[in-house]
Amino acid sequence: MSDSKFLHSRISKVVQDIPRSGIRDFFEIVSSREDVISLGIGEPDFVTPWHIREAASQALDRGMTSYTSNMGLLSLRRGISQYVGKKTGIDYNPADEVLVTVGVSEGLDLAIRALVEPGDEVLYHEPSYVSYNPLIQFAYGVPVAIQTKKENGFRLTRQDLEENISDKTKVLLLNYPNNPTGAALSKEDVEDVAAFAIEHDLIVLTDEIYDELTYDREHFSIISVPGMRERTIYLHGFSKAWAMTGWRMGFTCAPPELTEAMMKIHQYTMLCAPILSQEASVEALKNADEDISYMKAEYKKRRNYIHSSFEEMGIPCIRPDGAFYAFADVSRFGMTSQEFALKLLDEQNVACVPGTAFGACGEGFIRCSYATSFDDIKEAMVRIARFIEKL
Amino acid sequence: MNELLNLLKQNALESPENLAKMLGTSAEDVKKQIAEFEKEGVIRAYQAVVNEEKLDSSLVTTVIEVKVTPESEGGFDRIADRISRFPEVDSVFLMSGGFDLLLFIKGRTMQESFRFVSEKLSIMPGVTSTATHFMMKTYKQNGIVMHTGEDDERLKVSP
Repeated sequence: MSDSKFLHSRISKVVQDIPRSGIRDFFEIVSSREDVISLGIGEPDFVTPWHIREAASQALDRGMTSYTSNMGLLSLRRGISQYVGKKTGIDYNPADEVLVTVGVSEGLDLAIRALVEPGDEVLYHEPSYVSYNPLIQFAYGVPVAIQTKKENGFRLTRQDLEENISDKTKVLLLNYPNNPTGAALSKEDVEDVAAFAIEHDLIVLTDEIYDELTYDREHFSIISVPGMRERTIYLHGFSKAWAMTGWRMGFTCAPPELTEAMMKIHQYTMLCAPILSQEASVEALKNADEDISYMKAEYKKRRNYIHSSFEEMGIPCIRPDGAFYAFADVSRFGMTSQEFALKLLDEQNVACVPGTAFGACGEGFIRCSYATSFDDIKEAMVRIARFIEKL
Repeated sequence: MNELLNLLKQNALESPENLAKMLGTSAEDVKKQIAEFEKEGVIRAYQAVVNEEKLDSSLVTTVIEVKVTPESEGGFDRIADRISRFPEVDSVFLMSGGFDLLLFIKGRTMQESFRFVSEKLSIMPGVTSTATHFMMKTYKQNGIVMHTGEDDERLKVSP
């Protein structure tokens, strides 16, 4: 046993101190059960559209099994540049401003490591995706969580930012449309945040992986605000809108200096993203508009359904503007999120993720993913209604 | 296509309340729209999609390509209508290409379907030739894949 103690003592302090993801704990409990209806899944229930799979398969037949340029295939970087340009009106040079990464996860890691020095503060908003805080710590930065509020629909406000800025703040990390709350920012919200970033000379990392999935208004990217392209790393990827999670494809768009800095880390750690996934992504950018609108229309119907079902049950739930999550307020039942989720699982076999997995201010909420078949959502809503009646 | 029609094509038994929730409207409005579709003949019927293979005595489906001589007045409509009236005939389509009408016939046995072709169809005035195919297996019908129980391979909880 002294061996184990020895090994443990050799593990880096930073790694030791970061707790396991709450999602992983919950996953293990859910996995031990049969016939669970899971609203806990953060990925599309669609498979990747066939023509994208076909493109990868053809690339394999052609013997495309090599490394690519560190930056990624030029044809893909060109496609990305066009795609981002069309959406945001901002042009990035495929030669030195676009970097293909292994999922947005890698892009985020690169961006943070490229910028953060020990002691630098990174502002991010909670409830948030589970990786942000640990990634900042792995880079020896100081994560500063802004607690967004239910009253503001979990949107980030100028006041939230003012209250958390310090002279050590270097980076602001944004994620709208948001996982886990489904909140999205209006153009005015985005302009406010941008003005703040410019005023305080912050570098902004914007994770816009869910930008295609907004339901009631067009997404507006912070890079479209004048003065922001110069100080922003735009992070995006194929997982959500194209239903390509397993391909692990993401990309960053940023000025050449920042791209080159991220590239340095990328080339020594990852070398390049897998070539077959890159070939599939070239096809995804060319011919998937219809697939995306189809999936989005499906999510929208489910969003409407899950939102009105919660309202009917008397469970307040802000109508999600984007992504595929409903963040339901279960605080009135006198339990913690964790207790509520466990009891719901135990009594009705429905899995939702406790809000606290996404930060302390997620207390009182559960995240319900509607990237789930409509039949499962219907049944889950019936079970949740039955569950709360007995509370 | 109209969103409500799309949903009904997936599941015609869905309650107006659930349909309303998905479409962000009221159940009354959904009922009203459905009534209008029925009145206008946009919705012609509600049927179950049956996996015949699961039944002990399944029906034989025969697909027949039919060449006809169009009539000077009415073209193909009159003869297609006459063919449609046989109870054995499940579907009739007018096609472009090497033949004119495509028929789907349901019968208890191959012999029964064959008798329909030889005794009723091919002797009809206007029918010049037929080509008969027997359907072996249905994989997908009306947008519904016949086999069930596809597993969700995703992790049960993910961030």
